Amino acid sequence: MRAIRRRDGGVPLPLLVPAVLGTAFLVLPLVGLVVRAPWSGIAPQLARPEVGSALRLSLLSATAATAASLLLGVPIAWVLARSRIRGRSVLRALVTVPLVLPPVVGGVALFLVLGRQGILGRPLFEQLGVTIPFTTAAVVIAETFVAMPFLVISVEGALRAADARFEDAAATLGADRWTTFRRVTLPLVAPGVAAGAVLCWARALGEFGATITFAGNFPGTTQTMPLAVYLALQRDPEAAIVLSLVLLAVSLGTLLLLRDRWLGRSTAG
Amino acid sequence: MTLAAQVVVRRGPLTVDLAVRVADGEVLAVLGPNGAGKSTLLRVLAGLLPLDGGRVVVDGDTVWDDDRVHVPAHRRSLGMVFQDHLLFPHLSITDNVAFGLRTRGVRRPAARGTAQGWLERVGLAGLGDRRPGELSGGQAQRAALARALVGDPRLLLLDEPLSALDARTRLTVRAELRRHLADFAGSAVLVSHDPVDAMALADRVVVVEDGAVVQAGTPAEVARRPRTDYVARLVGLVLLPGTAAGTTVALDGGGAVSVGEPASGPVFAAIRPASVSLYLQRPAGSPRNVWPARLVAATPHGSEVRCDLAGEVPLTADVTATSFAELGLAPGADVWASVKAADVTVYTR
Repeated sequence: MRAIRRRDGGVPLPLLVPAVLGTAFLVLPLVGLVVRAPWSGIAPQLARPEVGSALRLSLLSATAATAASLLLGVPIAWVLARSRIRGRSVLRALVTVPLVLPPVVGGVALFLVLGRQGILGRPLFEQLGVTIPFTTAAVVIAETFVAMPFLVISVEGALRAADARFEDAAATLGADRWTTFRRVTLPLVAPGVAAGAVLCWARALGEFGATITFAGNFPGTTQTMPLAVYLALQRDPEAAIVLSLVLLAVSLGTLLLLRDRWLGRSTAG
Repeated sequence: MTLAAQVVVRRGPLTVDLAVRVADGEVLAVLGPNGAGKSTLLRVLAGLLPLDGGRVVVDGDTVWDDDRVHVPAHRRSLGMVFQDHLLFPHLSITDNVAFGLRTRGVRRPAARGTAQGWLERVGLAGLGDRRPGELSGGQAQRAALARALVGDPRLLLLDEPLSALDARTRLTVRAELRRHLADFAGSAVLVSHDPVDAMALADRVVVVEDGAVVQAGTPAEVARRPRTDYVARLVGLVLLPGTAAGTTVALDGGGAVSVGEPASGPVFAAIRPASVSLYLQRPAGSPRNVWPARLVAATPHGSEVRCDLAGEVPLTADVTATSFAELGLAPGADVWASVKAADVTVYTR
C-alpha cells in the first residue's frame, strides 16, 4: 500500500526541493509586505489625497489601456490565427517584441515617435497643437504598448484551440466572415479573451518603466500607483508599504472576481 | 437545383478527381472508405475548400467555382449537416436553428418562430431552450438537420450525418432523415461509408476510392453488381474476376467456377457468403463448385458466423452458429466449400 501511495502522489526529491524553495521565494516577499505593514497607521495613510488620485489614475489608465488592447489586439490575434496572408510569422515577431523589450526602452521609443520632435509627434504639435508626452494619454499609450502583446498572445492561443469547423458551419448558414467572427468565433473564445484581458490589465496596472520615461511623474495626471510607491519608498517607507498593499489587494481582488466569472469557465468547459 | 461538378483537389500524395451530377430533387450518395476524398468533395461543393481544377456549376449556367470564379460559402444557397453536428455551443437550440435566418436578415422574433416550427417538425418541440451540450446525440443531429433546412436551401449536403450515432439511434434517425429527404424539394448529396445509409436514403450512388469514382448507379445496381472488392465487401458479396466461356468462368486468381447463366469474355462472378456451404468431407452428389479450403478466421455476427477461407478460390461463408458448432470448426480447420452454380451471379467487367 505504502509503496503504491508513494508512487502515485510522491514527488521526486530533485523536483520537490526546488519546488518548495521556489514557492517560498514567490510567497515570502508578499508575506513580508503584510507582516511589516503599519496596520494601525493605515487609515490616515489611505486618506491622503495623493493616494486616492494615484489609485484612481492607475485603475482608469489600466482599464483604458486594456480597452485599447482589446480593440486593436483581438483583430491582430485573429489575423495571426486565422488569415492566410503572408508574413504572419514576421507580424507575430513584431507585435511580441514589446514582451521582451525593457519597458524603459519602450518609453524612449514612444518618446522618439510621439514626442514634440518625434516623427508623428511633431506634425501633431505643429498642426493641431497636441502634445502627448507627460499627459494622462501618454500613460495609457505607454501601458497599452507594454501590455497589449499579452492579450494578443493569449487570444491567439484561444483562437487556435477553438474548433474552426464551427466557422465553416456558420459560413454554410450564410454568415460572412465578419458576422461569423462576431456571432460565433468571439463568443467561443470569450474565456480566452477574458483571460488575456486580465493579464493585460494586470500588466498595465504594474507598468513603471515605459510610463515614467514617456509620461513622467506628475501627481494627478501621470503619477500612477507604481510610481507613487517608488517615490514614497525614498522618503516615507511606511507610505510605500501601504500603497503596495493597496496595489496587491486590487490585483488579487480583480483576479479572484474575474476567475469566478470568466476564467473558471475556460477550465470547466 | 441541378448540380454538375468536376472537382480536382490535390491533397498531399492523393489527387482527388471526382465528377458528380445531381438532378433536381435527387439524392446522391457518395460512398467510399475513409480518406477516399468524399469529404473533400463535399467541402468543395459547400465553398469551404478551393478547387485546384475543374468546376462547379449549378442550374446549368451558374458557376460556383472554376479557375476564375469562387462563390464563397455564405453566398451559396445550401445547408450542410456535419458528422458531429457542430451546433454552436454558446447558443440555445432555437438560436442555433434560427442562425441561418438571422444571417439572411430575418428579424429575431420571426426567425425564432420559424426555428421553433422546424424543431417541431424534427421532433424536438419543447427542447428549444436547451444548449447543444444538453441534448443526446440523436437529438443534436435532428437539430443540426433543422438548422441546415431552415433557410429552404436548394442544395443539402450531408457529411456522414449518422456515423456518430449509436446503432439504435442511427436506425430511428435514418428513418426520419429518409422522410425529411422525401419532403425536401432541393437536391441532396450524402457522404457516407455505410452502404446501408446509401441504400436507404439515395436515389443514386457513386462509389469513390482513392480520389476517383469507381462505380455509379442506382443503389440496387451497385448492391447487385459491385465492381470493386471494396463495394463487394460493403454489400456482402465475394467478387471473383475471371474470363467466361459458356457457363464456366476461369478465375484470374486460378481455378474455375461454374455459373448459372452462360457468358463470355471478362466478367465478375459474385457469390453471396450465405450461399456457400461448408463440409468436413468432400460432399457426395455432384455439385460442380467444390473446393478444398482452410478456415483462417471466424467472426460471429448475429446468429451466424462469418468464415474467411483460404484456398485456390478465396471465399467467405456465412454459416449458422449451430452448424458451426456441429461441424466443430475452428480456425486452421480443413474444410470443403461448395456453392451451387445457380447461386453465382455473373456480369461483364
